[in-house]
Amino acid sequence: MSTNFPTEHCETCPAFTQLEQMGIDLEKFDRVIALAGNPNTGKSTLFNALTGLKQHTGNWPGKTVTRAEGAFEFNKVRYKLVDLPGTYSLLSASQDEEVARDFILFGQPDCTIVVTDATALERNLNLVMQVTEITDKVVVAVNLMDEARRKGLDVDTRSLARDLGVPAIPIVARSGEGIGQLLSTIADVIDGNIKTKPRRVEGTPEFQHAVNELVPMIEAAAPGIPNARWLAIRLLDGDATVEAALRDGTLNELVNRQQRAGVEFSKKMAVDGRQ
Amino acid sequence: MTTTNDILHKAAELRGTLSSGFRDEIVKSLYSEAEAIKKRAVHSKGKTDYDLDQRIDRILTSPILGLPLMLVILAIVIWITVVGANVPSNMIATALFWVEEQGASIFNAVGAPWWLTGFLWHGVYRGLAWVIAVMLPPMAIFFPIFTFLEDLGYLPRVAFNMDFLFKKAGAHGKQSLTMAMGFGCNAAGVVATRIIDSPRERLIAILTNNFVPCNGRFPTLIMLGTVFVAAAFPPVYASIAAAGSVVAVVVLGIFFTLTVSWALSKTILKGEASAFTLELPPYRKPNFLQILYTSLIDRTLFVLWRAIQTAAPAGAVIWILANINLHGVSLAQHVANFLDPLGVLMGLDGVILLAYLIAIPANEIVVPTMLMVYMGTGMMIELDSMDALRTLLVDQNGWTMLTAVNLMLFALLHNPCATTIITIFKETNSRKWATLSALIPLGLGFVVTIATASIARLMGWV
Repeated sequence: MSTNFPTEHCETCPAFTQLEQMGIDLEKFDRVIALAGNPNTGKSTLFNALTGLKQHTGNWPGKTVTRAEGAFEFNKVRYKLVDLPGTYSLLSASQDEEVARDFILFGQPDCTIVVTDATALERNLNLVMQVTEITDKVVVAVNLMDEARRKGLDVDTRSLARDLGVPAIPIVARSGEGIGQLLSTIADVIDGNIKTKPRRVEGTPEFQHAVNELVPMIEAAAPGIPNARWLAIRLLDGDATVEAALRDGTLNELVNRQQRAGVEFSKKMAVDGRQ
Repeated sequence: MTTTNDILHKAAELRGTLSSGFRDEIVKSLYSEAEAIKKRAVHSKGKTDYDLDQRIDRILTSPILGLPLMLVILAIVIWITVVGANVPSNMIATALFWVEEQGASIFNAVGAPWWLTGFLWHGVYRGLAWVIAVMLPPMAIFFPIFTFLEDLGYLPRVAFNMDFLFKKAGAHGKQSLTMAMGFGCNAAGVVATRIIDSPRERLIAILTNNFVPCNGRFPTLIMLGTVFVAAAFPPVYASIAAAGSVVAVVVLGIFFTLTVSWALSKTILKGEASAFTLELPPYRKPNFLQILYTSLIDRTLFVLWRAIQTAAPAGAVIWILANINLHGVSLAQHVANFLDPLGVLMGLDGVILLAYLIAIPANEIVVPTMLMVYMGTGMMIELDSMDALRTLLVDQNGWTMLTAVNLMLFALLHNPCATTIITIFKETNSRKWATLSALIPLGLGFVVTIATASIARLMGWV
C-alpha cells in the first residue's frame, strides 16, 4: 500500500518509507495509541493520514462523538490508533468527554498523542496538562503549523517540550509535514528512549499529603488500577461519578472492559466511518 | 483489607484538611501555567491576516445581518441545485427507462412469463431507475456545496447565529449545532446530541432533530418545488420560486424545532437553559479533493445506496400490491381507497399515505414509491421528463397546488425514518422517548396539513 504524502522532501526521509497504512486491519497489533485533543484541532485528519481510513473530517467542533479505531505499521511495529472525541477538559461530564476520559484512564494506551492547535495553544495546553496528570506517556502534536505561519506566529516547540516535560512535535496533518518525526518520537517514548517527566500540579502540602494517603488505599482496593493518583484527586474533589464507580465495583469492571472492548466494537465504527 | 467505604471515608476526612477552594486553586494554577507556557513558546511576528477572519465574522455573525445572510446563502445553494439538476435528471430518466423497455422486450422475446417480466422490470428495476433519476443529480450538486461550506467553517457560524433562539426556547444553545447536523442526516444529528451534557436539554435536542429536513428529504422537497410550485409562476421566475419554496420549508422546520423545544421545556422536560461556550473555528481553505470524496462517496453514494437498497424491495412490494387483484381491484388500490378519506382530509390522497407507509425504512423513496403506485394502479405511461410527471399527477390523479404544498409540509412533518428511530432508541435507551419522537412530528403533520387543507377549502382556493 502506498502513502499519499507529498513526496518531494519525503522521499529522502527514511521515516516515510517505514509507514504503512493498514486501515481497519486490527487483527494483530503490538501497541495502542490514543489520539486526544481539543475539538477541531485536526485529530481526525491525523487519524486518516496515519491509517489511510476516511474518517469524516470537517471544520466543525464536536464532530467525532464516539471513538474510532484504525491501524498502521511503523518500523515493523503494528499500532492501533484510537481517535477520541475532542474535549476541552477531562473534568466535566458530557458523554463525549467521558468517552475520551475513560479511554485515557482505563484503556491503558501505550502512548497518548494530544493534538493541539498551534494558533490557540493557551486553551489547548489546559487539556495537555490534564492528560499528563493521568499518564506519563504523552506526546504533544502541535498541529496547524501552516495556519500559525500564515498568522505570523512563531511557535517554539522546544520551549513547549521543556515546560511541559513531554515531547512537542510541530506537524501539519493535512500535508503530512512532521508526521515521520511524530511517529519516531512516539516509538522512543514507548521504548523508554525518551524519558518524559510531565509537570504536575503540586498544590499545597496538605493537598500532597492527602493524595499520598489515598493512593495506596486505592491501589489495595483495586489491584492493577492505573492512575490511582488521578482517582485520588477526583475523590478529594468529591467527584460523584468516581465515588459511585468505586462503591458499586464498576471501576474494576471499567478497567477490564476498556482493555477488552477494542476490536469488535471499534471495527464496526471504523467500517462505518461515520458518527 | 481496604474496603471502598474506608477509602470514601478517608477521602471525606482528608477533604476536611484542605482549604475549601482547593479545586478552584488547582484549576486556576492550571490556567495560569498554560498562559505562562504559551507566552514563552509563541511569539507573534506582527502583521497577520487574523483580522480578516474577524472582519468576515463581524458580518456573517452580526446580530442584524447574520440570519438574513444565512437564508440568502441557503437560497442560493438550493437555487443552483434546482437549476443544475433539471437537465441531467431528464437525461438519466430517459436513458434508464430506455433500458427498461429493452430489458422487458428481451424478456418477452425469449418467452419469459409476464409476471416475471413485470416483477423484475416494471417493479424492482423501475423503482431503482426512479430513485437514481430523481435523486442523483440534486445530490451530486447539493452535497459538494454543502460540504464546501462545512469545510470552510460556516456551519458553526450558523449555530452561533441561532443559539440565542434556542436559549430563549429553554433548550441548550449547542442544539443549534446538532440541528445543523440534522440537515445532513437526522440520525447523525441525534448521535451528535452527545455534546450536550444536560440530559434534559439533550432529550429536547433528540426529540426535535427530525424537524429539519435531512439530505434524504431535500431531493423530495426540491422535486416538489420544481415540478409544482415553479409551475404556478411564469418561467422566468420558476427556479426562484422553486428555491424559495424549499427555503420556506426549511424556515418552517426551524420554527417548529424552536416551538416544540419551547413547549417541551415548559411541560414534560421543565428546566432552565444551561450556559455554554461555543467556539468559532478559523476559516480554513477547503481541500478540494477531500470535498469531492466526502460529498460524492460518503454522502451522495451513501444516501443513494441506502435508497436503492430500500427502493428495490419497495418496488417489488408495490408491483405485487398493484398486480394481485381482489374482487377485480388491486390490493394497492384497496389500501389506497381505505386511506383515501384521511388523505383527502389532509389535502393529500390515499396513494401518498400508502407511499409514506411503504417508505418508512427510508424517506428517500417516498416520491418514487408514490409514482409507482400511481403508475401501477393507473395508466402505464412513460415518464421521461418533469412535464410528463406533472401530466401524470395533475391531469390523471387530480393533484392541485394544495396537494403539492401539503406534501412538502408532510415531508417536513412526519415520523423519522426507521434508522433515526432506532438511533433514538439506542441513544435514550427508552421505548417511551423513541415512540414519542415519532408521534410528535407525525401528530403535528396531521394537524398542520388538515389545517391548511381546511383553510384552503374554506377560502375556496381549491
